[in-house]
Amino acid sequence: MRETTPREDLLRGIWKENPVLVQLLGLCPALAVTNTVPNSIAMGLATFFVLLGSSFLVSLMKNWIPAEVRISAYILIIATFVTIADFVLAAVVPVIHKELGAFIALIVVNCMILGRQEAFASKRPVGRALLDAAGTGAGFMIALLMMGTFREILGNGSVMGYSLFGDNFEPWIVMILPPGGFFTLGFILLSFGWWKDRQAETSHVRQWPHGVASGEEAL
Amino acid sequence: MKELPTVQADGGSSDSGPPRAPQVASVKLMATLAVAGAVAGLLIVLVFQWADPQIQAHRAAALRAALLEVLSGPASYRSLYVSPAGLSMTPPAGVDTVTAEKVYIGYDDAGDVVGYAVTGGEPGFQDIIQLIFGYDAGQGRLLGMMVLESKETPGLGDKIFKDLDFVAEFQGVTAPIKGVKLGAGTGADNEVDMITGATISSRTVIDIINHRLEALGSALEEHVPEPPPPPSASSAEEPPAGDEGEERS
Amino acid sequence: MGDLFWILLSAMLVNNFTLHLFLGLCPFLGVSARVDTALRMGLANIFVLVMTSVCVWLLNTFILPYAPYLRLISFIVVIASFVQITEMAIKKFSPTLFRQLGIFLPLITTNCAILGYAIFNTNRGYDFLQGLFFAIGAGLGLTLALVLMASIRETSETASIPAMARNMGLVLIISGSLSLAFMGFAGLFTS
Repeated sequence: MRETTPREDLLRGIWKENPVLVQLLGLCPALAVTNTVPNSIAMGLATFFVLLGSSFLVSLMKNWIPAEVRISAYILIIATFVTIADFVLAAVVPVIHKELGAFIALIVVNCMILGRQEAFASKRPVGRALLDAAGTGAGFMIALLMMGTFREILGNGSVMGYSLFGDNFEPWIVMILPPGGFFTLGFILLSFGWWKDRQAETSHVRQWPHGVASGEEAL
Repeated sequence: MKELPTVQADGGSSDSGPPRAPQVASVKLMATLAVAGAVAGLLIVLVFQWADPQIQAHRAAALRAALLEVLSGPASYRSLYVSPAGLSMTPPAGVDTVTAEKVYIGYDDAGDVVGYAVTGGEPGFQDIIQLIFGYDAGQGRLLGMMVLESKETPGLGDKIFKDLDFVAEFQGVTAPIKGVKLGAGTGADNEVDMITGATISSRTVIDIINHRLEALGSALEEHVPEPPPPPSASSAEEPPAGDEGEERS
Repeated sequence: MGDLFWILLSAMLVNNFTLHLFLGLCPFLGVSARVDTALRMGLANIFVLVMTSVCVWLLNTFILPYAPYLRLISFIVVIASFVQITEMAIKKFSPTLFRQLGIFLPLITTNCAILGYAIFNTNRGYDFLQGLFFAIGAGLGLTLALVLMASIRETSETASIPAMARNMGLVLIISGSLSLAFMGFAGLFTS
């Protein structure tokens, strides 16, 4: 596999290999705490912090961690940062900490973080590991923001608590309830599928310009 | 596919270099994990030392806010522990102060007792509803009610704290409370109008209060109140634990 | 006893771990294509949850009161070790069971349902019996959701699905409908 450039390491996690929308990792927090935008931001920031910190430490110590115990060591490092994030959130923003509840601690078992350590941070220098972590964390945050905005606008008629539509708006309550989380992510993935499908159609037509007038026969 | 390190029968790994002596390998594994664990523990303890005072302060502030609400702004308060023998300032033997059942007694500026604040929780429509209410034991009336924790349905069940008229109904109502459907009440002192479309949530709130008063009412009436805390102790004599055992860190 | 029953039924139906609390989604979305694999995954989960309830109770009662800040780390270590030991034990004592269940056990370690259970148990201050019933209810709820999803997916394999939906999007929409259906259980069991 060819060596990736620093720019690629940073940008890859943001969209092309977005942890939530493409790789479908870290879905538990993505669905659970995206019912309002402030919650999404807080969870995104907490996960970003844990990802950066643990990638940094794992990459720094990769030569000293024996292969047999590497998963346990990674989990230990991740759990430490999550505990720290938990305490900091409880001390600084207790209201949001209460809303996020158990899901802050569940960042530990977010497969996205362990996946990045195993696949990347444990094999690359610290600088690259940080870039990769930053890209993945940003991608995670973007996905959460997308879902959070969608759900809060439809389910509460507001963004960040500021009412958008006034008092006459009857909110689509299910959007801030659990089914809404499933529907939102499902809708986003369906949109991606539709978009990819359209692209495949049009590119197919471009490949065979003779005799295929529309995309119908491409399927 | 990446070649997996093979595992020898003695537990060592042979993916690279000459085979190592098994005892050294195990010791090295243990040592690495132990060192990592120690460093991790140290980091956590440091952050905990920094964060804990603030977390306790938040809890105390939340409790103070709740008491302010349900006891109509007392000047000071005390925590009392509940035991089968009654209420006392000292915790009963062998009980953890954090999880012990407590009631709070509020005093006004003149040092007179305003009332008692009692917490309670029971399963509602979705999950457990936790609330605190103020009670004037002498007159047998409630002074106020505040929902502390609720996961009821937004738009329906959450009216138990969003509908301020419903919350205000609990001020001055006599115990035991009777919930009546809107429009069917006779205007009696102990009636509370339930929320249309959120019958179960409203009924749970009323049940919590009634059940708590059944359990504690006589203890509250018979209790001889202690004098208010001296002004220098600010408004609490100990950092309280907030909602009963709900939040532990 | 009514209290224990409420805990079990609430965890299984009203506040279903997967469809309401969003725990255990990795197996739910990844392993739910066939009913028999789903059933086995669910049973493995119940087993790990019940054992975890014992470990969590032991930790909370005897060790953690002295070091509450080490809660998360100790839970993870205990869960991971326990799953590892169980896997080795099953492999040794019952190779057939291992062949059926074994590959799921390491997956369960990083399953947020187990850790989520431990944290909820601690936050609610459950004692031993309450924690046990909570674990059983949670496991049953997980299994129920898994099996329901698997049977729907098995049946829909022969249905004609538009190309744009032949991905996780459809599975998530189905999950949303299941979640919506389970909301109907709310209010069935009050004290």
